[in-house]
Amino acid sequence: MKIRIKFSKQGEMKFIGHLDIMRYFQKAMRRADVDIRYSEGFSPHQIMSFASPLSVGLTSNGEYMDIEVHSTESSEEMIRRINEVSVEGIRVLSYRLLPEKALNGMAAVAAADYTIQFRPGYEPEDETAWFQGLLDFLSRPSIPVIKKTKKGEKEMDLKPLIYESRLLSCPVPEEKQDAAGRSLAPGILLRISAGSSANVKPEMILDAYCKEAGETLSEFAFLIQREELYTRQPGDAQSADGNILVPLDAVGEDLL
Amino acid sequence: MRKLALSDEILLSVQQPARYIGGEINSVVKDPSRVDIRFAMCFPDVYEIGMSHLGMQILYDMFNRRDDIYCERVFSPWLDLDKLMREQDIPLFALESQEPVRNFDFLGITLQYEMCYTNILQILELSKIPLHSWDRTLADPFVIGGGPCAYNPEPLADFFDLFYIGEGETVYYHLMDIYKEWKRQGKSRKEFLEAAAEVPGIYVPSFYDVAYKEDGTILSFTPNNPHAKEKIVKELVVNPDDATYIEKPLVPFMKVTQDRVVLEIQRGCIRGCRFCQAGNVYRPLREHSLDYLKDYAYKMLKSTGHEEISLSSLSSSDYTELEGLVTFLIDEFHGKGVNISLPSLRIDAFSLDVMSKVQDVKKSSLTFAPEAGSQRLRDVINKGLTEEAILSGAAEAFRGGWNRVKLYFMLGLPTETVEDMEGIALLSEKVAETYYDEVPKEKRQGKVQVTASSSFFVPKPFTPFQWARMCTKEEFLEKANIVRGKFREMLNYKSLRYNWHEADLTVLEGVFARGDRKTGALLEEAYKNGALYDSWSECFHNDIWMKAFETCGLSIDFYTTRERDMDEIFPWDFIDAGVSKEFLKREWKNALNETVTPNCRQRCSGCGAMRWKGGVCYENKN
Repeated sequence: MKIRIKFSKQGEMKFIGHLDIMRYFQKAMRRADVDIRYSEGFSPHQIMSFASPLSVGLTSNGEYMDIEVHSTESSEEMIRRINEVSVEGIRVLSYRLLPEKALNGMAAVAAADYTIQFRPGYEPEDETAWFQGLLDFLSRPSIPVIKKTKKGEKEMDLKPLIYESRLLSCPVPEEKQDAAGRSLAPGILLRISAGSSANVKPEMILDAYCKEAGETLSEFAFLIQREELYTRQPGDAQSADGNILVPLDAVGEDLL
Repeated sequence: MRKLALSDEILLSVQQPARYIGGEINSVVKDPSRVDIRFAMCFPDVYEIGMSHLGMQILYDMFNRRDDIYCERVFSPWLDLDKLMREQDIPLFALESQEPVRNFDFLGITLQYEMCYTNILQILELSKIPLHSWDRTLADPFVIGGGPCAYNPEPLADFFDLFYIGEGETVYYHLMDIYKEWKRQGKSRKEFLEAAAEVPGIYVPSFYDVAYKEDGTILSFTPNNPHAKEKIVKELVVNPDDATYIEKPLVPFMKVTQDRVVLEIQRGCIRGCRFCQAGNVYRPLREHSLDYLKDYAYKMLKSTGHEEISLSSLSSSDYTELEGLVTFLIDEFHGKGVNISLPSLRIDAFSLDVMSKVQDVKKSSLTFAPEAGSQRLRDVINKGLTEEAILSGAAEAFRGGWNRVKLYFMLGLPTETVEDMEGIALLSEKVAETYYDEVPKEKRQGKVQVTASSSFFVPKPFTPFQWARMCTKEEFLEKANIVRGKFREMLNYKSLRYNWHEADLTVLEGVFARGDRKTGALLEEAYKNGALYDSWSECFHNDIWMKAFETCGLSIDFYTTRERDMDEIFPWDFIDAGVSKEFLKREWKNALNETVTPNCRQRCSGCGAMRWKGGVCYENKN
């Protein structure tokens, strides 16, 4: 049985890199007695794969991993069991059965949502105006950037890879709220292309804008959070390719 | 949510921020305001080394079982963070609460190897605790040391308020009770140390005066406080099943050296190798019962989710119920994605059978530790491994499909001759030849690969070799050259590899291993000039140390190459480690006469450890 697990990565867990998160879950599966499948051979490993590695420093409400199990209890019970043996910063949010033929998460992922706000202490005078400037920049017909690849530099256009952008109020992380701190801050939501065909990182967009605006900001200026990962599903005759974006776990179903 | 001691900016700038954030699975969370004693347990090296150490986890678990104590962990910040902490004046903190170490009641530092001594000074300085015990006030924690190097604590005497000599499970609770009472009464620092000095196993260095002879050796070592004991007898757990072990080991986020469940099956060793400090000071051998180990194996695998379990002891093959234990582990856990690793096993039919079940033969290598290249020298060091045993073990292994062998040796052992050195190459060659003799051409899986490594011998306190002369750096390198030259003459040269340890580092280790109080100034001088993380070859700067010897007016030869008189008072002689000085003298003479001493199960050699009335000394004697 293929299972897709959605989890969040918050607080100090943002300092834990992708490889260590994989090791973390391998051990968590054993602690929670998940009846996970192992590969054959002398050093068997768990059948487990992650949809999209998250850079160190970012938090997330929408991380995904796929596992294969021999047997399982209900989604509710499995979520409870894994969370019971988990650290504070990692919470399993959904545990769903995938159709046998479903693409694995890594192959399926097509887009991602990110929210971006200023890290307390790095705010410009008018944050909302700053983000509005960014939105105006993103509404241009094309956004050429130079992308560094292994083979050298390549020019690419970010514009068709940005699906949505809008202002919003972001909750400020609890550990970043000091006595006088506010609980909400102006920010922006970006829905951008993700996955193996065209992976855009939010930092690329911020860099492009800062370069255009002639600003040099600290590498620590922003708090960036991944909110969701999406896959394409047929459904909407209105859209260009007849596909709509749905969260990665919309592909599966809850086990009752 | 806890507030971290370091900012995002710092944590995102340094290598491996996971070293500094705590919060791992099974780390203990308590409200610091609701405990009586805060104990900072420190391993003075980087996180991934310290977190691999079993003893620290045992004590962490033991202290935290008490509601009135909160034990937290402290490690050396790596060089990148060390620099930032100094620049930005950030005090060193403990991982659990992220609060400054200086606010704690105790700073306990485990002393596992001499070359971490400069890191102890780093810990003190970054914590803003005065380096010297006499400069500390009621605002500072008590600094207590323990672990194997506490068997000669004298190089560190100036920096510690007290030392705990022996196994930690016995009197720490008692010491904490005394502390609580002292704190309640609001007395002076000295009054606590006086009360502590009366606890068995506790050594308060400031309560002793050392006088030296003109030649630099010790004239007298005498208590200067009525509460101080004449002799400090090591502490020891008589029945290991009575001691608590770890039920919930910490599970680091980052990959640490020991990324597995470690099950300690026994303490001590019956073998009596004359160079080995652990084999002497942990006497007598005491085994855990099979039921105790089964119970803990379950609990620890369940609470950690580790994919590997490893047995820990000085010589696992001597554990009487090894077969039952290994069979249990294979039956219960193998096939459930749990690997079983079996270090320090004698290579024989049984161990090869077990290994072929739990390891991929093609990928693993066999390890032998003959320690010396000739039978003569193996008799001198009392290493009971014969050439015949090595070659027959290797032959059996080769037939079973293995083709990689590692051999461990020491150079610079007492009485060593050129023949002994060349024996390292000859024995390696014989192992290679065994492969070609035993495995028919059509069955060979490639070439055989024999890797011989030699470390340089450092005489250690409480071993029969504590009187031995240690070699100079030049002598060590000359010896390694002789061995290398002999390897080149071997027929199967291309199947053999030879490497050797760093000589500069070994010499310094030798100085501190048998060092006296005078070497404390040397340590401080080198630290102030930038010595840190000396056990990391990329950080080690020999020139700093050489200059420090000069500045302090100390001679390397005095501590290393000097021939010691049989009646010399050694800096560590005030400790009673269980083995008597008479036994060690006898063994030193036996070594020089090339006389083998049988192991504890063959015949008691009257080392002195029997007085604890337990362990191997009382096997079959109910």
